[in-house]
Amino acid sequence: MKNLDSLVAAYMAVWAIFFVYHFTIARRLSRLQDELARLKQSLKQ
Amino acid sequence: MATIAHAKNMQPSRSSAGEALATVGVALLLFASVYAAILVAPEERTMGLIQRIFYFHVPFGWSAFIAFFINFVASIAYLRSRAPKWDWLAVSSAEVGVPFVTVMLVTGPIWAHPVWGIWWTWDARLTSTFVLWVLYVCYLLLRTLIDEPERRAVVSAVFAIFAAFDIPLVYFSIWFFRTQHPQPVIGAGGSLDPRMLDVLLLAWSATLALLALLLVQRYRLEAMRWELDHLRLNLDRPGPEPQRFAAVGNKGGSA
Repeated sequence: MKNLDSLVAAYMAVWAIFFVYHFTIARRLSRLQDELARLKQSLKQ
Repeated sequence: MATIAHAKNMQPSRSSAGEALATVGVALLLFASVYAAILVAPEERTMGLIQRIFYFHVPFGWSAFIAFFINFVASIAYLRSRAPKWDWLAVSSAEVGVPFVTVMLVTGPIWAHPVWGIWWTWDARLTSTFVLWVLYVCYLLLRTLIDEPERRAVVSAVFAIFAAFDIPLVYFSIWFFRTQHPQPVIGAGGSLDPRMLDVLLLAWSATLALLALLLVQRYRLEAMRWELDHLRLNLDRPGPEPQRFAAVGNKGGSA
Protein backbone atom coordinates (compact mmCIF):
# COMPACT_ATOMS: atom_id res chain seq x y z
CA MET A 1 0.00 0.00 0.00
CA LYS A 2 2.91 2.33 -0.73
CA ASN A 3 1.82 5.85 -1.78
CA LEU A 4 -1.77 5.27 -0.68
CA ASP A 5 -1.77 8.70 0.99
CA SER A 6 -0.76 10.36 -2.31
CA LEU A 7 -3.47 8.48 -4.21
CA VAL A 8 -6.11 9.46 -1.66
CA ALA A 9 -4.88 13.09 -1.76
CA ALA A 10 -5.18 13.17 -5.56
CA TYR A 11 -8.72 11.78 -5.57
CA MET A 12 -9.78 14.10 -2.75
CA ALA A 13 -8.35 17.05 -4.71
CA VAL A 14 -10.40 16.10 -7.77
CA TRP A 15 -13.67 15.95 -5.85
CA ALA A 16 -12.88 19.08 -3.80
CA ILE A 17 -12.21 21.12 -6.97
CA PHE A 18 -15.49 20.06 -8.56
CA PHE A 19 -17.52 20.39 -5.36
CA VAL A 20 -16.28 23.98 -4.94
CA TYR A 21 -16.91 24.77 -8.61
CA HIS A 22 -20.43 23.34 -8.57
CA PHE A 23 -21.13 25.25 -5.35
CA THR A 24 -20.05 28.54 -6.97
CA ILE A 25 -22.34 27.91 -9.97
CA ALA A 26 -25.28 27.20 -7.66
CA ARG A 27 -24.60 30.32 -5.58
CA ARG A 28 -24.32 32.60 -8.63
CA LEU A 29 -27.47 31.12 -10.13
CA SER A 30 -29.32 31.71 -6.87
CA ARG A 31 -28.26 35.37 -6.73
CA LEU A 32 -29.17 35.96 -10.36
CA GLN A 33 -32.55 34.32 -9.93
CA ASP A 34 -33.35 36.54 -6.94
CA GLU A 35 -32.28 39.67 -8.76
CA LEU A 36 -34.15 38.68 -11.92
CA ALA A 37 -37.37 38.14 -9.96
CA ARG A 38 -36.92 41.51 -8.24
CA LEU A 39 -36.31 43.35 -11.51
CA LYS A 40 -39.24 41.67 -13.27
CA GLN A 41 -41.43 42.78 -10.39
CA SER A 42 -40.10 46.35 -10.77
CA LEU A 43 -40.86 46.30 -14.50
CA LYS A 44 -44.45 45.20 -13.88
CA GLN A 45 -44.94 48.11 -11.48
CA MET B 1 -28.67 19.82 -7.31
CA ALA B 2 -29.24 23.36 -6.10
CA THR B 3 -28.35 24.56 -9.58
CA ILE B 4 -31.03 22.40 -11.10
CA ALA B 5 -33.62 23.59 -8.59
CA HIS B 6 -32.88 27.22 -9.40
CA ALA B 7 -32.96 26.53 -13.12
CA LYS B 8 -36.35 24.90 -12.65
CA ASN B 9 -37.72 27.99 -10.94
CA MET B 10 -36.27 30.21 -13.60
CA GLN B 11 -37.44 28.34 -16.67
CA PRO B 12 -40.27 25.93 -15.82
CA SER B 13 -40.54 24.79 -19.43
CA ARG B 14 -37.09 23.24 -19.29
CA SER B 15 -36.88 19.59 -18.36
CA SER B 16 -35.35 19.86 -14.89
CA ALA B 17 -36.37 16.26 -14.16
CA GLY B 18 -34.24 15.19 -17.10
CA GLU B 19 -31.36 17.26 -15.81
CA ALA B 20 -31.71 15.75 -12.33
CA LEU B 21 -31.58 12.30 -13.93
CA ALA B 22 -28.51 13.38 -15.90
CA THR B 23 -26.85 14.53 -12.66
CA VAL B 24 -27.54 11.16 -11.02
CA GLY B 25 -26.24 9.40 -14.14
CA VAL B 26 -23.02 11.42 -14.13
CA ALA B 27 -22.54 10.76 -10.40
CA LEU B 28 -22.99 7.01 -10.96
CA LEU B 29 -20.60 7.05 -13.90
CA LEU B 30 -17.98 8.89 -11.83
CA PHE B 31 -18.45 6.44 -8.95
CA ALA B 32 -18.08 3.48 -11.34
CA SER B 33 -14.92 4.94 -12.83
CA VAL B 34 -13.35 5.52 -9.37
CA TYR B 35 -14.27 1.95 -8.42
CA ALA B 36 -12.75 0.60 -11.64
CA ALA B 37 -9.61 2.75 -11.32
CA ILE B 38 -8.91 1.59 -7.76
CA LEU B 39 -10.21 -1.99 -7.69
CA VAL B 40 -10.54 -3.29 -11.26
CA ALA B 41 -7.52 -1.95 -13.16
CA PRO B 42 -4.39 -4.11 -12.80
CA GLU B 43 -1.52 -2.71 -10.77
CA GLU B 44 1.32 -1.23 -12.81
CA ARG B 45 4.56 -3.14 -12.15
CA THR B 46 7.05 -0.32 -11.56
CA MET B 47 4.94 2.52 -10.15
CA GLY B 48 2.42 0.47 -8.18
CA LEU B 49 -0.57 2.12 -6.55
CA ILE B 50 0.31 5.71 -7.46
CA GLN B 51 -0.10 4.92 -11.18
CA ARG B 52 -3.89 4.85 -10.57
CA ILE B 53 -3.87 8.67 -10.60
CA PHE B 54 -3.43 8.23 -14.37
CA TYR B 55 -7.13 7.22 -14.69
CA PHE B 56 -8.18 10.73 -13.72
CA HIS B 57 -5.18 12.84 -14.63
CA VAL B 58 -5.35 11.89 -18.32
CA PRO B 59 -9.17 11.96 -18.89
CA PHE B 60 -9.49 15.33 -17.15
CA GLY B 61 -6.73 16.64 -19.42
CA TRP B 62 -8.43 15.35 -22.56
CA SER B 63 -11.77 16.79 -21.43
CA ALA B 64 -10.13 20.16 -20.76
CA PHE B 65 -8.83 20.18 -24.35
CA ILE B 66 -12.38 19.54 -25.57
CA ALA B 67 -13.75 22.37 -23.39
CA PHE B 68 -11.18 24.81 -24.76
CA PHE B 69 -11.77 23.62 -28.31
CA ILE B 70 -15.48 24.38 -27.82
CA ASN B 71 -14.42 27.82 -26.57
CA PHE B 72 -12.33 28.29 -29.74
CA VAL B 73 -15.17 27.26 -32.08
CA ALA B 74 -17.75 29.35 -30.19
CA SER B 75 -15.46 32.40 -30.31
CA ILE B 76 -15.08 32.11 -34.08
CA ALA B 77 -18.83 31.59 -34.42
CA TYR B 78 -19.47 34.69 -32.32
CA LEU B 79 -17.17 36.86 -34.43
CA ARG B 80 -18.93 35.62 -37.57
CA SER B 81 -22.53 35.88 -36.39
CA ARG B 82 -22.45 38.25 -33.36
CA ALA B 83 -25.16 36.04 -31.83
CA PRO B 84 -24.95 36.24 -28.00
CA LYS B 85 -25.52 32.50 -27.60
CA TRP B 86 -22.02 31.85 -29.00
CA ASP B 87 -20.49 34.19 -26.44
CA TRP B 88 -22.41 32.39 -23.69
CA LEU B 89 -21.07 29.06 -24.95
CA ALA B 90 -17.53 30.47 -25.18
CA VAL B 91 -17.40 31.80 -21.63
CA SER B 92 -19.15 28.69 -20.27
CA SER B 93 -16.71 26.29 -21.90
CA ALA B 94 -13.68 28.33 -20.82
CA GLU B 95 -14.85 28.53 -17.23
CA VAL B 96 -15.73 24.83 -17.07
CA GLY B 97 -12.40 23.94 -18.70
CA VAL B 98 -10.35 25.72 -16.03
CA PRO B 99 -11.19 23.29 -13.18
CA PHE B 100 -10.45 20.39 -15.53
CA VAL B 101 -6.94 21.75 -16.19
CA THR B 102 -6.61 22.50 -12.48
CA VAL B 103 -7.21 18.82 -11.77
CA MET B 104 -4.48 17.97 -14.27
CA LEU B 105 -2.07 20.44 -12.67
CA VAL B 106 -2.83 19.24 -9.13
CA THR B 107 -2.84 15.47 -9.71
CA GLY B 108 0.28 15.57 -11.91
CA PRO B 109 2.66 16.75 -9.14
CA ILE B 110 1.03 14.36 -6.63
CA TRP B 111 1.95 11.54 -9.04
CA ALA B 112 5.36 13.04 -9.91
CA HIS B 113 6.68 13.40 -6.35
CA PRO B 114 6.94 9.67 -5.53
CA VAL B 115 7.82 8.70 -9.13
CA TRP B 116 10.27 11.44 -10.20
CA GLY B 117 11.34 12.60 -6.74
CA ILE B 118 10.25 16.17 -7.56
CA TRP B 119 6.90 17.90 -7.55
CA TRP B 120 7.43 19.97 -10.67
CA THR B 121 9.86 20.65 -13.48
CA TRP B 122 9.65 23.36 -16.13
CA ASP B 123 9.73 21.03 -19.12
CA ALA B 124 7.73 21.63 -22.31
CA ARG B 125 4.61 19.64 -21.38
CA LEU B 126 4.27 20.95 -17.85
CA THR B 127 5.09 24.53 -18.78
CA SER B 128 2.71 24.64 -21.75
CA THR B 129 -0.05 23.14 -19.57
CA PHE B 130 0.55 25.77 -16.90
CA VAL B 131 0.48 28.47 -19.60
CA LEU B 132 -2.83 27.01 -20.84
CA TRP B 133 -4.30 27.37 -17.35
CA VAL B 134 -2.97 30.94 -17.04
CA LEU B 135 -4.37 31.88 -20.48
CA TYR B 136 -7.91 30.78 -19.67
CA VAL B 137 -7.83 32.32 -16.19
CA CYS B 138 -6.74 35.56 -17.93
CA TYR B 139 -9.61 35.11 -20.43
CA LEU B 140 -12.08 34.97 -17.53
CA LEU B 141 -10.43 37.94 -15.79
CA LEU B 142 -10.45 39.92 -19.03
CA ARG B 143 -14.20 39.53 -19.25
CA THR B 144 -14.64 41.12 -15.83
CA LEU B 145 -12.71 44.23 -16.95
CA ILE B 146 -15.04 45.21 -19.83
CA ASP B 147 -18.54 46.41 -18.97
CA GLU B 148 -20.04 46.82 -22.43
CA PRO B 149 -21.38 43.33 -23.38
CA GLU B 150 -20.67 43.43 -27.14
CA ARG B 151 -17.18 44.82 -26.73
CA ARG B 152 -16.48 42.28 -24.00
CA ALA B 153 -17.63 39.45 -26.27
CA VAL B 154 -15.53 40.63 -29.24
CA VAL B 155 -12.33 41.24 -27.24
CA SER B 156 -12.60 37.96 -25.38
CA ALA B 157 -13.36 36.03 -28.60
CA VAL B 158 -10.18 37.39 -30.20
CA PHE B 159 -8.21 36.55 -27.05
CA ALA B 160 -9.71 33.03 -27.01
CA ILE B 161 -8.68 32.36 -30.60
CA PHE B 162 -5.05 33.21 -29.77
CA ALA B 163 -5.20 31.26 -26.48
CA ALA B 164 -6.33 28.16 -28.38
CA PHE B 165 -2.95 27.96 -30.12
CA ASP B 166 -1.57 26.60 -26.85
CA ILE B 167 -3.84 23.51 -27.02
CA PRO B 168 -1.90 21.71 -29.81
CA LEU B 169 1.33 22.91 -28.21
CA VAL B 170 0.42 21.11 -24.98
CA TYR B 171 -0.73 17.99 -26.81
CA PHE B 172 2.25 17.65 -29.14
CA SER B 173 4.93 18.92 -26.73
CA ILE B 174 5.91 15.36 -25.80
CA TRP B 175 6.54 14.63 -29.50
CA PHE B 176 8.37 17.86 -30.31
CA PHE B 177 10.56 18.18 -27.20
CA ARG B 178 12.50 15.96 -24.86
CA THR B 179 10.41 16.09 -21.73
CA GLN B 180 10.34 14.56 -18.28
CA HIS B 181 6.65 13.80 -18.86
CA PRO B 182 5.85 10.18 -19.88
CA GLN B 183 5.36 9.47 -23.56
CA PRO B 184 1.85 8.69 -24.86
CA VAL B 185 0.51 5.27 -23.90
CA ILE B 186 -2.10 5.19 -26.67
CA GLY B 187 -1.00 5.51 -30.29
CA ALA B 188 2.45 6.72 -31.44
CA GLY B 189 4.03 3.40 -30.41
CA GLY B 190 2.59 3.40 -26.89
CA SER B 191 1.16 0.21 -25.48
CA LEU B 192 -1.40 -0.10 -22.72
CA ASP B 193 -2.83 -3.21 -21.11
CA PRO B 194 -6.37 -3.70 -22.55
CA ARG B 195 -7.87 -3.75 -19.03
CA MET B 196 -6.14 -0.45 -18.26
CA LEU B 197 -7.44 0.96 -21.54
CA ASP B 198 -11.01 -0.06 -20.66
CA VAL B 199 -10.78 1.69 -17.28
CA LEU B 200 -9.21 4.75 -18.91
CA LEU B 201 -12.04 4.97 -21.46
CA LEU B 202 -14.65 4.53 -18.72
CA ALA B 203 -13.04 7.36 -16.72
CA TRP B 204 -12.91 9.53 -19.83
CA SER B 205 -16.60 8.95 -20.56
CA ALA B 206 -17.36 9.93 -16.94
CA THR B 207 -15.32 13.14 -17.20
CA LEU B 208 -16.95 13.96 -20.54
CA ALA B 209 -20.38 13.49 -18.99
CA LEU B 210 -19.34 15.78 -16.11
CA LEU B 211 -18.08 18.34 -18.61
CA ALA B 212 -21.39 18.26 -20.52
CA LEU B 213 -23.44 18.60 -17.35
CA LEU B 214 -21.43 21.55 -16.02
CA LEU B 215 -21.46 23.18 -19.44
CA VAL B 216 -25.27 23.05 -19.62
CA GLN B 217 -25.58 24.53 -16.12
CA ARG B 218 -23.00 27.25 -16.74
CA TYR B 219 -24.58 28.14 -20.10
CA ARG B 220 -27.94 28.58 -18.40
CA LEU B 221 -26.31 30.88 -15.85
CA GLU B 222 -24.86 33.02 -18.63
CA ALA B 223 -28.21 33.21 -20.45
CA MET B 224 -29.85 34.34 -17.23
CA ARG B 225 -27.16 36.97 -16.65
CA TRP B 226 -27.72 38.32 -20.15
CA GLU B 227 -31.46 38.53 -19.54
CA LEU B 228 -30.77 40.37 -16.28
CA ASP B 229 -28.53 42.92 -18.04
CA HIS B 230 -31.31 43.67 -20.52
CA LEU B 231 -33.87 43.96 -17.74
CA ARG B 232 -31.65 46.55 -16.08
CA LEU B 233 -31.46 48.44 -19.37
CA ASN B 234 -35.25 48.40 -19.62
CA LEU B 235 -35.60 49.75 -16.12
CA ASP B 236 -33.24 52.62 -16.95
CA ARG B 237 -35.05 53.54 -20.18
CA PRO B 238 -38.74 54.49 -20.04
CA GLY B 239 -41.01 53.86 -23.03
CA PRO B 240 -41.79 50.75 -25.07
CA GLU B 241 -38.83 48.86 -23.64
CA PRO B 242 -40.80 46.05 -21.93
CA GLN B 243 -41.79 44.85 -25.43
CA ARG B 244 -38.16 44.91 -26.43
CA PHE B 245 -37.32 42.87 -23.35
CA ALA B 246 -39.94 40.31 -24.26
CA ALA B 247 -38.20 39.73 -27.58
CA VAL B 248 -34.81 39.56 -25.90
CA GLY B 249 -36.14 37.19 -23.23
CA ASN B 250 -37.48 34.78 -25.82
CA LYS B 251 -34.22 34.82 -27.67
CA GLY B 252 -32.31 34.11 -24.48
CA GLY B 253 -34.58 31.27 -23.53
CA SER B 254 -34.41 29.52 -26.85
CA ALA B 255 -30.67 29.70 -27.36
